[in-house]
Amino acid sequence: MHELSLAQNIIETIKLNVPKGELRNVKEVLLKVGEFSGVVMDSLKFSYEVITWGTEIQNSVLKIENILFSLKCNSCGSITTNSYGLRECSECLKTDTEVLSGEELIVSEIVLEDKS
Amino acid sequence: MSIITVERKVLAKNDIIASEIRSELLENGVFTINIVSSPGSGKTSLVEKTIEHFNGSVNISVVEGDVQTDLDAQSVSAYNVPVVQIITNGGCHLEANLVKDSMTSLDLVQTDLLIIENVGNLVCPAGYDLGEDMKIVVISVTEGDDKPLKYPKMFMNSKVLVINKTDLLPYVNCNIEVLKHNALKINPELKVFEVSCTTGLGIDKWCDFLESSI
Repeated sequence: MHELSLAQNIIETIKLNVPKGELRNVKEVLLKVGEFSGVVMDSLKFSYEVITWGTEIQNSVLKIENILFSLKCNSCGSITTNSYGLRECSECLKTDTEVLSGEELIVSEIVLEDKS
Repeated sequence: MSIITVERKVLAKNDIIASEIRSELLENGVFTINIVSSPGSGKTSLVEKTIEHFNGSVNISVVEGDVQTDLDAQSVSAYNVPVVQIITNGGCHLEANLVKDSMTSLDLVQTDLLIIENVGNLVCPAGYDLGEDMKIVVISVTEGDDKPLKYPKMFMNSKVLVINKTDLLPYVNCNIEVLKHNALKINPELKVFEVSCTTGLGIDKWCDFLESSI
């Protein structure tokens, strides 16, 4: 259960990027989350909700862009995906592969509402 | 509506501190391993056997991470090496800032090998860089041969797999060849050692590897 620590890091990133006076306008925070980032999304959303409660950003929500685990095979050149984190190319079954994506955990964008 | 493009890793702050730790360790010529596993796999036993094997020929310092108690630090300090205990008070993994703070109590100039024993957990410690040269994942045969497939991230992010408690193989439902095969399917670059911290079998090969890495 390291999602509370991740939520704290996300809030810190918001504060680094949004001018203090505009924090209450933060509407959405877009996260890119790799399939093998090791994050339980429901726990992260819950943790975020709990620690933003009563703060200027309490009305903001996390939006998730899921990134699939993908590999490039150095033997046959195929780009493949699998849901198990296997480094085996599903085309030629060789393991001489490079991981292209699936381990990301990135704050991508912060969406602000226009001031009312 | 306006959009601020950020593209910053969630753990960027941890990574920055880990880089600072890595630079400090490099400057002092310290080789550092971060030992990770589920609770009870034998991380502390491996640390103790490693210290025992080198018998003072390599200067070892240890950082112990646990949710509660300094039992591990007490146990390891019996081997006359500098030990710092980090108690996370509920935290399920070590973070770089905790390790950085603990390093102020260690004499890095007098250290060749720094062993960080992480909190027992096969999930959360995988994502946190502590400034180590490599993560070492320990698994005991009593845990079964399917764990690399069930907890892949830890195996993806480690350079070495130490399979412990091999003396118990006749008594448990674990096929060590299947275990190795599963681990290598997740990470074909894993270097694998088979040891028993009870009988001492395989500890020499593991320590030879460490010595050649320092």
